[in-house]
Amino acid sequence: MRGAVLLALCALGCAPKAVRVGSKNFTEGVILGEVAARACAAGGAVTEHRRQLGGTAVLWRALRSGEIDAYPEYTGTLASELLRGVDARDLRGMRRALAREGVAMTAPLGFNNTYAIGVPEALASARGLRTLSDLQREPGLALGLSHEFLDRADGWAGLRARYGLPQRDVRGMDHDLAYRALSSGAIQATDLYTTDAEIAWHRLRVLSDDREYFPEYSAVLLYRADLPRRSPSCARALESLGGSLDAATMIDLNDQVKRRRRTESSVAAAWLEAHRGLRSAVASEGRAERVWQRTREHLAMVLSSLLAAVLCAVPLGVAAAKRPRLGTLVLGAAGVLQTVPSLALLVLLIPLLGIGAAPAVAALFLYSLLPIVQNTVAGLRGISPALRESAEALGLPPFARLRLVELPLALPSILAGVKTAAVINVGTATLGAMVGAGGYGQPILRGIRLDSTSTIMEGALPAAALALLTQALFACIERVAVPRSLRGGR
Amino acid sequence: MTAHGPTAASLVGVMKRYGGAVALGPIDLDVPVGRTTVLLGPSGCGKSTLLRLINGLIAPDEGTLRVLGEGVTPASVEALRRRVGYVIQEGGLFPHLSARQNVALLPRWLRWETPRIDARVAELAALARLPEALLDRHPGELSGGQRQRVALMRALALDPEMLLLDEPLGALDPMVRAELQRDLREVFRTLGKTVVLVTHDLREARHFGDLVVLLRDGRVVQRGPLSALESAPSEGFVRDFLDAWREAP
Ligand SMILES: Nc1ncnc2c1ncn2[C@@H]1O[C@H](COP(=O)(O)OP(=O)(O)OP(=O)(O)O)[C@@H](O)[C@H]1O
Ligand SMILES: [Mg+2]
Repeated sequence: MRGAVLLALCALGCAPKAVRVGSKNFTEGVILGEVAARACAAGGAVTEHRRQLGGTAVLWRALRSGEIDAYPEYTGTLASELLRGVDARDLRGMRRALAREGVAMTAPLGFNNTYAIGVPEALASARGLRTLSDLQREPGLALGLSHEFLDRADGWAGLRARYGLPQRDVRGMDHDLAYRALSSGAIQATDLYTTDAEIAWHRLRVLSDDREYFPEYSAVLLYRADLPRRSPSCARALESLGGSLDAATMIDLNDQVKRRRRTESSVAAAWLEAHRGLRSAVASEGRAERVWQRTREHLAMVLSSLLAAVLCAVPLGVAAAKRPRLGTLVLGAAGVLQTVPSLALLVLLIPLLGIGAAPAVAALFLYSLLPIVQNTVAGLRGISPALRESAEALGLPPFARLRLVELPLALPSILAGVKTAAVINVGTATLGAMVGAGGYGQPILRGIRLDSTSTIMEGALPAAALALLTQALFACIERVAVPRSLRGGR
Repeated sequence: MTAHGPTAASLVGVMKRYGGAVALGPIDLDVPVGRTTVLLGPSGCGKSTLLRLINGLIAPDEGTLRVLGEGVTPASVEALRRRVGYVIQEGGLFPHLSARQNVALLPRWLRWETPRIDARVAELAALARLPEALLDRHPGELSGGQRQRVALMRALALDPEMLLLDEPLGALDPMVRAELQRDLREVFRTLGKTVVLVTHDLREARHFGDLVVLLRDGRVVQRGPLSALESAPSEGFVRDFLDAWREAP
């Protein structure tokens, strides 16, 4: 199954074995992935960046299974989620634990993206605030903290205890509101991540964690232990990035993407050129090419899954219609599949099929089964007993009856099922972007990440258009394939 | 109740039940070759069930059944059906096929060559008096009488040895009905085939039947020429049945 799907997709563009860099689905991750991929490419390796693949679990699994060769990660995440019993500040222990998984780690890139408390720069310099300890002198400061930070045991409660903070005016509020409240002066401090673009944007000073309360989340690049053998230049390029990015730089890069709406590619390329002397081309594909590329990916997913589903579901539907007990079983199973949330199904399929188009196609295939099986069964069961008897009375054997009489009579219903599946697929395929399958979901995800409606529309509008087109296409197919006598309302 | 001469179908002690209720039988019956046998009787008496048995669409629960010299077994039944033309009660034309495609369905499946099929369809259209212009219409675009002509053509396509017709004129208006009755009888005479025709209409039985089989509650009440039924009814039911028709408008 996987082989067949991959084969089908290979026809749509299989590149020679390249170094593949992955990245998580958030801006900083994508920028770092882009920096890593471009650094590799500048060293001469054929490199591919599979961006915004999903969350930690997806990337980690993809790295170990060899579907990607490298991705940016944080030491805190490694310590708390991926490697048990290793301290985030113990790099040597971490390297040993990683080596057991066949993974290597670069030196820390140079910044620590963790929780922090930010204070407006003006206020901070007026009162001489540099560290969290300095807050002990400011009992009147109003704090606006995110609900999550307030609730976590290792959030506000622990911070107050560690530093003996005296502030009484502590409010829970939404993160975006907190920034607004800071600029209006309603609060004087908030929690944030140390590399948030908003730090630059709202001119905040990040107070240093002088008592090392917050966990260490140093950015590193993870890569497969076999990479230095397969592409020495790439491994060297990744290692050379260690220590090259400090927090101020990262804040700036995030800010360029988030606020100034530059692409991660161009921001990464500009930084590599200015600070590392590495030139790399930024493919300035226009919107049309981008949409066309997404369209191809999207269509490939929808068509291959739909074709496979028709080939499986129609025979299943025939069997189900002929044998009521089997029918109950088949319809029940297909119905249960339908109730698995699409995102969950995609994630469940990753261990079996890896990342990329394969799990997306498989999920779409599974979702397509129910409507087609159901309508095939309904179409066949709906044939009047008189017609059924008539076909039998002619002396046609069962298979000929099926082919010449029953399936043609059930065709309108079967087509309606395929249409339903196709329209659902066009919509659901947008989720494929979460597992690296591309398609119209890619700009939607990116748009959500960057809070950019126009980017979201770049995916949402074509997806809607494709759904309408699918409807129209099926109306045409129906007109051609179904004799006028079988069409509705005769 | 044995017929004189050869039989196209013979039933001995045949019984068919549906979930315990007897639909037909026990019944002994011979269908003579080359003649028209009319199955007559009130609704629900088992006429269609008898035709289905002869065509092997259902199997008897008891008794023996031979059709065209053969026993009816799962292995033989499909070949047998192709030697028996059957027009089911509702006509049973396939709505997704044109009249021509309906008639040609079986020949095409048997891989007859197109010229042979075309010739056969034309021949049948002439026989069934169906204008050839109507051949390319779908059943939904034909009148009830035209549909029955097409159904007859389809049943005759392979030139079967026996023809089973289940109320072929059931739902037609009187004018069309009379015309089709004449044409059908003409066809039967021309072809000299064994015909078993179901009706619950006495006048129709008189029109077609050399031989009438009157059924009641799944059993044969009387068998013979209609004149014999009229002159010497075997029991009260025969008289009542005939009287009911005499009084009818
Ligand atoms: N598939 C079936 N399942 C159960 N009972 C059936 C079935 N087919 C026929 N019967 C019963 O068998 C009996 C004979 O039915 P049949 O169709 O042979 O009657 P008929 O003489 O053709 O009637 P009509 O003139 O109304 O067509 C009826 O009582 C009918 O209800
Ligand atoms: Mg009947």
